[in-house]
This record gives sequence, C-alpha cells and structure tokens, in this order.
Amino acid sequence: MSINYAEKIPNNVDLGSDRQLQRALERWQPAFLNWWGEMGPDGDFQAKDVYLRTATSVDAKGWATYGHVKMPDYRWGIFLADQVKDRTIGFGDNFGQPVWQQVPGEFRSDLRRLIVTQGDTEPASVEQQRMLAYTCPSLYDMRNLFQVNVEEGRHLWAMVFLLHAYFGRDGREEAEELLERHAGDINNPRILTTFNEPIDDWMSFFSFTYFTDRDGKFQLKMLAESAFDPLSRTCRFMLTEEAHHMFVGETGLGRVIKRALEVMKELNTDDPQRIRDHGAMDLGLVQKYINFWYSSSLDLFGADQSTNAAAYFANGIKGRPDEDKFDDHIEAETTFSLEEPTEDGKDVQSIEVPTRNAMNLLARQGYSRDCDIGVVRWNRMIRKAGVDFDIRLPSDRFRRTVGPFAGFHFAPDGSPIGKDAYDSNLDDWIPSETDKAHVKAQMKQVTEPGKMAAWIAPPDRGINNNPVDHDYVKL
Amino acid sequence: MADNIITYDREPGDYKHWSIDVDGDVARLTLDVAEDGGLISGYKLKLNSYDLGVDMELADALQRIRFEHPNVKVVVITSGKDRVFCAGANINMLSSSEHWWKVNFCKFTNETRNGLEDSSEHSGIKSIAAVNGACAGGGYELALACDEIVMVNDRSSTVSLPEVPLLGVLPGTGGLTRVTDKRRVRRDLADVFCTMSEGVRADRAREWRLIDNHAPPAKFDELVANRARALASESNRPKDAKGIALTPLNRTLDDGGYHYEFIDVALKSADRTATLTVRGPSADQPAGAAAIEEAGADWWALQMTRELDDAILMLRTNNTDIGLWLLKTEGDADRIQAVGASLIANRENWFVNETTQYLKRTLARLDVSSRSLFAIVDADTCFTGILAELLLAADRSYMLDDRENPKNSPTIILDDTNFGLFPMPNGLTRLTAHYQDDVDAEAAVKAKIGDAIGPAEALKLGLVTYAPDDLDWKDEVRIAIEERSSLSPDALTGMEASLRFGGKETMATKVFGRLTAWQNWIFIRPNAIGNRGALKLYGTGTKPSYKWERV
Repeated sequence: MSINYAEKIPNNVDLGSDRQLQRALERWQPAFLNWWGEMGPDGDFQAKDVYLRTATSVDAKGWATYGHVKMPDYRWGIFLADQVKDRTIGFGDNFGQPVWQQVPGEFRSDLRRLIVTQGDTEPASVEQQRMLAYTCPSLYDMRNLFQVNVEEGRHLWAMVFLLHAYFGRDGREEAEELLERHAGDINNPRILTTFNEPIDDWMSFFSFTYFTDRDGKFQLKMLAESAFDPLSRTCRFMLTEEAHHMFVGETGLGRVIKRALEVMKELNTDDPQRIRDHGAMDLGLVQKYINFWYSSSLDLFGADQSTNAAAYFANGIKGRPDEDKFDDHIEAETTFSLEEPTEDGKDVQSIEVPTRNAMNLLARQGYSRDCDIGVVRWNRMIRKAGVDFDIRLPSDRFRRTVGPFAGFHFAPDGSPIGKDAYDSNLDDWIPSETDKAHVKAQMKQVTEPGKMAAWIAPPDRGINNNPVDHDYVKL
Repeated sequence: MADNIITYDREPGDYKHWSIDVDGDVARLTLDVAEDGGLISGYKLKLNSYDLGVDMELADALQRIRFEHPNVKVVVITSGKDRVFCAGANINMLSSSEHWWKVNFCKFTNETRNGLEDSSEHSGIKSIAAVNGACAGGGYELALACDEIVMVNDRSSTVSLPEVPLLGVLPGTGGLTRVTDKRRVRRDLADVFCTMSEGVRADRAREWRLIDNHAPPAKFDELVANRARALASESNRPKDAKGIALTPLNRTLDDGGYHYEFIDVALKSADRTATLTVRGPSADQPAGAAAIEEAGADWWALQMTRELDDAILMLRTNNTDIGLWLLKTEGDADRIQAVGASLIANRENWFVNETTQYLKRTLARLDVSSRSLFAIVDADTCFTGILAELLLAADRSYMLDDRENPKNSPTIILDDTNFGLFPMPNGLTRLTAHYQDDVDAEAAVKAKIGDAIGPAEALKLGLVTYAPDDLDWKDEVRIAIEERSSLSPDALTGMEASLRFGGKETMATKVFGRLTAWQNWIFIRPNAIGNRGALKLYGTGTKPSYKWERV
C-alpha cells in the first residue's frame, strides 16, 4: 500500500523519500491510531467534528490551519523548526563546536533516555484527561481540551520521529513502549509518577495546563538548547504549540477567579460557603489548587543537586532555559548556592555546590518566575474588583517529595513546621475532601454553544476570531 | 585509639538500612537505605546505594537468619523504595575513598555475597532477589548472588552493570564472573550488557538469562511467593528447631590491640605486625547435639569463630599498616580434638553444621586477607585439629625445636577435620593446597592422624617451613619478620594471593583473584581516578578524558 506521506503526515523532514523512516512509521502509525482510539478521549467524541488547529508547515501561514475535523483524522505531522545555519554548541565543555546532526555514540543512551522521558509525558496527559469532556463547562472549553489532546499526540509524534530517525532498532522499540505504558496502569505505569494520577475535574485540568505543562515548556526550552540539532529544532517548534496549553491554563484559572469575583459582588459577600452555595469556586479554593499543583510540578525538575543534570550540561545534551541570557556558558569552576533544611528540619541553611550540579534548580527558578506572571495578572484583576485577597505561589520548600526539602515539613510561607502541625493544617493548604466534593459537584457538562457553567466566566474572545458561541464541537 | 575505630557489631533493632521480616519459612530482607545514614560523612546514600555500613547490616542479617532463625528456608531480598531496587555501591563514597578502603569494602561485600551462595549450597538457605525496581551495578551483583532473580516487568525498570561505560572501572563484587560462570550469559550478549549504561528491561533480561523470571507489578508479589514456595521445597533446613541467639561479642579495645575470651590480637605498630592468638576451650565442651544447642553462643566452636571473624575484620579495616599477622594458638589438645570430633559426629545437626560452615568461611577470610601470614609454632602453642588449619593457612611457618629441653618443643596434631571439613575458596583442603596436590606427601601426613608430630618430623613431612633450634629461634624469627616487613606491601599482596591459590579455580577464587588483579589495577589508573578520570569526574558532568594506550 502506498501512502501519500505529505498528505497523510504533514512534514518538513522529507518523509516521502526516506525509506527507513517510512518503514518505521508504517508500523508505528497504526499502533498510534489504535492507542488513540483506546486511550484518547473517551466515548463517541471521537466521531464528532471538532474545530481544531493543525500544523501543516512551520511558516507563519501553515503552523495554524483551522477547521472542523474528527480527531482520529487529525493530521499529526512531523515538524522541525528551520535549521539555523552554522549553529554551534552554546554551553558546556564543547562550547563553540559545530552542533551534531547525528547522535554521537557516547551519548546515545543519555539522549535516548531524555527523549523517551519527555515523550512518555505526552501520551500520558492524554490518558489522564480522557474523561474530562463529560464534564466540560462549555463547548469552547471542550474544544480547547481536545486541542491540547491532539497536540500532545503530535508531540508524541515528534519524539517518536527522533527515536525512529536517529536511534535505530533501540529507538523503534522505545517508540513502541511509549504506546504500551499507560497512565495509572499499575502493570505498565508511565515513567513519571505525576503522570499516573487521573485528572478528573476541570480545576485540576486548568491547574495542570498552567503548572505542569509549564514544566513541559521549560523542559522543551532546555532541550531546544541541545547540541543534538534535530532535537533542538523539534523542541523549538513544539514550544509554539505548548504556548496554547499554558493559555488554556492561565485563562481557565483566570475565568474561575473572575467568576468568583462576580459572585462575590453579586451577593456582596466574601463568605466562601455562600460563594460555593452559589455554584462558584471561592478564591481560597483556587489558592489551594495552586498550592497543590505548583508544588507537585516543582518535583518534576528533579533534585536540586543532580549529577545527571551536570553531565547533560557539560556534554551539551541539555542546557538551561534561554541559555544565551546567562553570562558564563561553561560554568566549569563556578559554584552556586542553594538552600537546604538543617538536619533537625527547624531551619534553613545555604550550601555552595558546583553550578553544573545545580542546573535543575536554575531551570526551576526560571519556571517559578514564569509561573508568577499569571499570578500577578490574576491579582490585578482581584484588586480591580476591590477585593482584598492575594494569590500567592507557595514556597518552594512546601510539600516536596524531591530535593533537599523532601521528608521535611514546611508551611506554604516557607516556615519550618513540625510534622504534627503540618498534618493538621494540610487541609487548609491543599484541596481537602470537602473541597474536592464541592468541585466534583459542579462538574456538569455544558454544551449549548456560548453557555458557561456557573463556576466559570466566559472567555474574552473565541478561537481564531470566531465568537464565543461558535459551534466548536458538533455534537 | 578507640575513638574513630570501625566496628562490625550490628543488631537488628539498630539497623538503619535493612529490616528482617520472618514469616514461617521465608525471611524477607528489605533494603530501605537511610540517605543520611552513611558510615562516614561526606556522601548521601541516594537511591538505595550502599556503603560498608549498609553491607555490615546485610551480613549481620544473614548471620541472624543462619543462627537465630533455623527454620527459614528462603530469604527474599527486596527493596522498600518505590521503583528502585538498588543502585549499587555509592559512587561518591567510592570516589572520595582511599584505595585501600575501596578494596577492603569490596572484599567484605564479596565475602557476604559468597556467603549467601555458600549457605544455599551447604545450609539449605535458598535466596531470591525480588527486583522491584531499577537494579544497577552492585545492586545487580547482589541479585546475582541469589539462587534466583525475579524482576518486576513495569516496562521501565532495568538491570544493568554500568561500571565500564559510566565509571571506567569494573563491577567490584563478582558481576562479570557470575554473568559468565553462574548465569552463563552468551559471551557476545554479556559484552553488550556490560557496556550499556542503561541496562536491559525485564523481557530481554530473561531472554539473555540475566534474570530467571518476571511479572507485571500487580502479579509480582504472587510470583515471588510462588518461587519462594518452590525453593523452600528444595531446602533441607529443619522444621521446628529453636534458634541460637547471637549475643553481643565481649571485646575490649586498647592501645595494645583487641581482646576477646578466645582470641587476642596484640598490635606492634613499630614493626607493623600483629600477633593473633587463638585459644582452645577452657573447659570440656559438650559432645552431643542437644547439649551443643544448649550451649548456644557460648559453645567454644561458635564463640571462637565469631571472635576470630571479628578480629580479622577489625584488623583489615582499622590496621592497614599492619602487614604481617603472626598466627599462634594455645590450649588443650584433647579438648580441641574432642570439639573436632563432635563437629563430624553431629554434622547432621543444623547448628553444628551452621557453625562448621561459619568456621569454614572465617578461615577463608584469612586465605583472602591481603596480609602476610606467618604461623609461629613455639613452646606453648597448640596447633591441633581445627586450630592446625591456621598453620596451614599461613604463608610459611616456624616451629621451635628445643634441643636443650626437648620436652619444651611443641607438637602438631592433625585430625579428621583437616581432611575436608574446611575447604578453602578454591574447594581444596588447606593440606592439598599446601602440598600442591602431591598425593604421596598428603598420604604421609594422613598416616599420622592423631599423632603428636614434633619439630624434626614436621620438617621432614614438609608440614612446617623452618624448625630453628632453641639457640637460633629468636634471631631466626626476628629476622624473618623484619625481612618480610621490609618488602613492598603491594607486591606481597599480589604474590601471596597467587601462591595461596595454586591448582584449580572456582567462582569464588576468580571473584577474588580478578578483584585483586584487574579491578585494583583499574581502580588506581589515571583513567579512573586521575583528575580527568571517569570515577573522579562522575557526577560533575565533565566527560573523562582517557589516555588511549592499551596496556
């Protein structure tokens, strides 16, 4: 059977004339579609026309082509950002040397592991979110969910392309494994723990897209610096799509806050219970979701002191986000100070470590600053409504299971606190069973075009200049 | 001196890293390493990696199972951490340690793993590695020492020996030897396996014979339980035996050395020697199995062995500059022979057998110690039966021939225990190894079983190296000691290891021989520990730069 590759799989990697790659994809593509059918959005949503954005080329015109399409017919493409002429390695011991167009044998397993770990998160989030459409607060949001899902699918394609094109038999096997592991499947779990927990309500979904997908953005930014040029180019293009996921998160949480402010004004109250009785989410509840998701997303950056991260940096495999903004790109002898709890957990001390070992922390600090941008916007909106409430990111010491603060007990404001006080206050800091029950009770599907659930405000505008009440999913 | 001394005493109640959980005839040993619980400060024991302190607990736990839990037929070794079985020896510990520390550490861990195999063969204690997560380097080597390896198939956990690609050294606890000799992994696949840092996942690991079986996470416990049941049926351990409590050793430390009831170590730093004296029983010992069990940890055979074991480990770890151990014995020959006879008469009894195997392994520690061993057979010594093994373990021996007062001359008495009860790591008796398989020479001494052999005859039989007379004795021995102490310690270590193990090889001798030769050489090469060496740079991120010459 001959396939018109350019039509079926939009690409800019000359798939039509690469027989090795064709052979690999011919086998993998049916497996992918099969996976999408089984593990993608549940039920008959797959048969509906969804107003989706498809990338058909990397230029300004082609990267966002809109139209109604059934998700299984979505054209998952393979795109690399344009090659930068004479690009050289931007950091580490090989600084200034030409980048690699092929995988160097000595870094084969490191690069493969990074690509597999990144790749594994993409289908994982699709699996985690597969039931969400049943409880969407609007047709507009349902469409955004599916857009995120198909793009995660495309990001999987991007990683699979790298595995197929550059890693030989090993790569093909790993690509198959990416479809065999399933989120939350006790026998075949996804690699990272966070990606095995179901996301079954929209507060979690918006928080996930704001915080966890933003970790993904920073991972991509770091990989975009890689000396392995095909990886760098792939990630640079993925970043343009990832921006949409963060948009969904930021506007989603923003609309929840906006709605809370409306209800507060309407009822002239700041009593959380009255706001909840009115079917909305109070600001304290939003803060709790932020506390939960921000702290668990921090863990995804890995240990503050990491030998792997040092090796990745030294060898040019994975850089820092926005590497060119740093002065020293080699960091051979420099040190960096990081904080850790004292042995008794009652205080915090700072220690000097080689900068190369602190790469995860450096990336994480950039991430925290990025997370804060949305928080500032939300607070501006809250103040404008005349409400005295400040959303805050919790301290990086709060509720960690990775890094020096793991196993210690710190409050969201960063103060050391004993285990007993921590346990007894936890329900005030992250969603309690009562909170979750309230959120769950509001999760009722709204599908009439333009209508919104009672807990969320409508978006300021629709997709691609369409009105908010556009028929985004033809149910 | 007693301030920063390392001791090997461990108690299950004080374990930091392991727990023992006995359920019927299965004991579960769970590794859950406390990151900050390193024996020495300066490194964190991440990802269930281990140091000497972690392994001391493992050795103690196995010892408790041997003696305190005689009804345990199967030991399941597993991890208490999520998705991590064991990452092997801690690299920061290795790269920050001095060479001798690494070697001593490897030697002890090797002995513990060999002991696990020894107890499977000779005590019926079977073992399963329940690999429930990532298993790398020394972690996989620990699994290799078990009778069976079962692994969780979660599609991401791997077994690996990443020493060559990541650290530029070799697996230090028999990994290469067991991959070939025990698991019989095809040679080319072994080559691939030992050069891939990421390792192989469960399905391929079974295909390549690196593991025996695997199961998905939800079925893993069931698989482990099934295999434990199957292995238990192969065990000949008793059903309702009562354990023997291993009470704490009574040891005093002072500037002069280590002192126990039946062992004394007298240190002489000035001439870099230690005199290790083993004393026979001070009273008659029980002869029957029931009475021996009743005596328990106070039975001379067990107490002396425990003390000797401890003394050897203490000397190895705390007295690296003491290069020559002078072996002496004291005691009543009849009582020692009576204990030897009781070991043989009651060999079917689990406790007697367990003690015999333990003494065998302790004597084997002497064989592989990187110290010169001289047996000093002077006036008051008693190299009889069991204690004659010390004479035979020595690199050479000096026996006093008191011509002035012949009654003062010591005698040597061999008994049946010297002809097969305590084989060396190469499977040979010390007599066979001593005579390099000369059957006539061995037959000649066998004819003398039970006889008190005097110096002239011992010299004639080739049982001792020299028998100076009373006038020469002092000077001869002094000069021999001084001469030995002046030789290169490194050359002596290599030479002694070569000469002690003539004749055939076993897996155990290969593990030790190759450790001493290859690993120790690689461990001190610039490619490993130079400023640009792989072991030195591991964790800094900087790539090692090798000197490419092949040696």
